Amino acid sequence: MSQGCGAPAQTVTLPVGVDLSSQAIIQGVVTGTGGTAYARLLDRTGEFAGEVVVSDEGVFRFFAAPGRWTVRIIAAGGVTRDVEVEAKLGEVTQVSIDL
Amino acid sequence: MSRSAVLVDADWVEANLDTPGVVIVEVDEDTTAYDKGHIRGAIKLDWKKDLQDPVRRDFIDKAGFEALLSERGIANDDTVVLYGGNNNWFAAYAYWYFKLYGHEKVKLLDGGRKKWELESRELVTEVPQRPRTNYKAKDQDLSIRAFRDDVINAIGKLNLVDVRSPDEFVGKLLAPAHLPQEQAQRPGHVPTARNIPWSKAVNDDGTFKSDEELRKIYSDAGVDFSKDTIAYCRIGERSAHTWFVLHELLDLPNVKNYDGSWTEYGSLVGVPIELGEAR
Repeated sequence: MSQGCGAPAQTVTLPVGVDLSSQAIIQGVVTGTGGTAYARLLDRTGEFAGEVVVSDEGVFRFFAAPGRWTVRIIAAGGVTRDVEVEAKLGEVTQVSIDL
Repeated sequence: MSRSAVLVDADWVEANLDTPGVVIVEVDEDTTAYDKGHIRGAIKLDWKKDLQDPVRRDFIDKAGFEALLSERGIANDDTVVLYGGNNNWFAAYAYWYFKLYGHEKVKLLDGGRKKWELESRELVTEVPQRPRTNYKAKDQDLSIRAFRDDVINAIGKLNLVDVRSPDEFVGKLLAPAHLPQEQAQRPGHVPTARNIPWSKAVNDDGTFKSDEELRKIYSDAGVDFSKDTIAYCRIGERSAHTWFVLHELLDLPNVKNYDGSWTEYGSLVGVPIELGEAR
């Protein structure tokens, strides 16, 4: 059976078995959410590409293609925050977002 | 079918938490979310362990579905209200799955777990115990399920709706961006498919857009409402979400979900694949 499309656990370290050389990773930490928050990845046209629940530690991660992306944080109380990010092959691009 | 027959909002669920004959069901691939907190009285279904055959790539069979629902305490005349994470992808998949086996009264919680959480509504950890039932399923309704040959035969003839993200459609990504990009299959899309990402159908909070907005989105993107339609994605849950929109909300009569989706089609030998933008 194929792996489903559910998001894996949002851990600080990369999941075991991930070959970074073939990935363009965007990873971040969100603070000040005041509860559950979601991280959404939008492509250069603003289209949805993925979404994860931010972990209890505030961590989120996307496996993008190289290029420009927007990370949108959606938190309780109608709070949203957009951050522009450049993903590069073989690299982990780190972002920090304080709501 | 009217929107109210297939969709409920959070207020409706809160008002019906103790209504006899209403069963709230959380469906996810990763059920740790349920374990950390769920809607009071909700039982869980594990998309993988409960709904997939453990050996072959297929669903559990009719007898397996009957055993599952009997064990979880769901009766044939219960109203099942499904919700889950990932913008209700797996809940929509379960909705389609319940319909496949002929369950009549099924509804989706609009906005799913995300909207419920963002509104800081109550979540509990107590797991309810429901008395066992004697559930009887029907044979699969194959008018809503497409197989690979249906897709190949539909090229250039029927509406093929690829609901993955644009980068998956053109072949830059092989999975949604929250998953590692390591898959065996070839990238691209089925020739003549239109790329209408599932996300076009929903607002940021996961609730569905209005029927008028939805009709315009699909017709503007090239869906001919007079033709039959097959929706697909990577493994069939995002396309179950779009199947729900087209078949249940917009009432289009002949819409099938291709649950084999790209993880099957992209691995087939000899089938046509297109790269890049839709032609």
